[in-house]
Amino acid sequence: MTNKISEFEKDKVKEEALAEFHVGDTIDVHVRIVEGEKQRVQIFNGTVIGRKKRGSRSAFTVRRIVAGEGVERTFPLHSPWIEKIEVKRLGRVRRAKLYYLRDRIGKATKVREKVALRRKG
Amino acid sequence: MAQRIRKTILGKKLGMSQMFDESGNMIPVTLIEAGPCTVLQVKGIAKDGYEALQVGFDASHKDPNKPKAGLFDKVGCETKRMIREIPPQEGHELEEGQDFNLSLFDGVEKVDVQGISKGKGFAGTVKRWNHHIGPQGHGSKSKRTIGSTGQSQDPGRVIKGKKMAGQMGSAKVKVRNLKVVNCDVEQNLLIVCGAVPGSPGSYLMVEESL
Repeated sequence: MTNKISEFEKDKVKEEALAEFHVGDTIDVHVRIVEGEKQRVQIFNGTVIGRKKRGSRSAFTVRRIVAGEGVERTFPLHSPWIEKIEVKRLGRVRRAKLYYLRDRIGKATKVREKVALRRKG
Repeated sequence: MAQRIRKTILGKKLGMSQMFDESGNMIPVTLIEAGPCTVLQVKGIAKDGYEALQVGFDASHKDPNKPKAGLFDKVGCETKRMIREIPPQEGHELEEGQDFNLSLFDGVEKVDVQGISKGKGFAGTVKRWNHHIGPQGHGSKSKRTIGSTGQSQDPGRVIKGKKMAGQMGSAKVKVRNLKVVNCDVEQNLLIVCGAVPGSPGSYLMVEESL
């Protein structure tokens, strides 16, 4: 039974990965939105505070501060509305879910930037 | 006026998933393995007083008991786990021993799905009838109780149908007007939008909606 479901979900995955991004990264999500007849692309910029990896049901949550108010949006990774994901800044984090950022304001919401690892030898 | 006879097939719930529709909205879907079914017996007015088809679905490895074995031997099919009577299918003359599949549902847009809901056991009124809970503190003695069941000497009894605690779930439930997302005859796979009763693996009866 689960085989049939995974088979059903197999082709619901986007063929090309949008971008390689991880929890803690700051990303731009290009979302297609429909306003009446018109379509346009809106960019949602923020920190990735969590990723749910479930094949075609995968999703990720982006958090940003707008006018002093925290805003979170959860996007289905394989949604046709998501056109592009741009990684702006790599973050160095020690958690899979950055829910602790919700309790922080101001400078404390910044995630440490990941600097390139030292090469071996 | 003659009653409209609905297309009917037996099936099994495979589970739920999600997908995106044409406009990009995410929709919840249920996968149903529907058919193939075998006609075991054709009941007619002359002999049985009513018209119906007795059909079987889903092969079983178990040895059937003697009455059932007779049924399967007569039409020469393997043992079936689910046996139900369905109305005679208009436009599809089916004979004993004949198989039919989802192609019956070609062009059907909405279906009703009947199954046995998940059992919840002996449930209180809060869970079973969505009653409000009582105060939780200050020495409250009515946290999840039923409360009053009626008046005093007049009428002096509890009115019939009073919502009380009792068995919840494990009952026959029908969900109507589920949109058919996809009908794959080759794979015997019917995909409907929304949820259907029961847990994955439970048996269902799928009918065309009126």
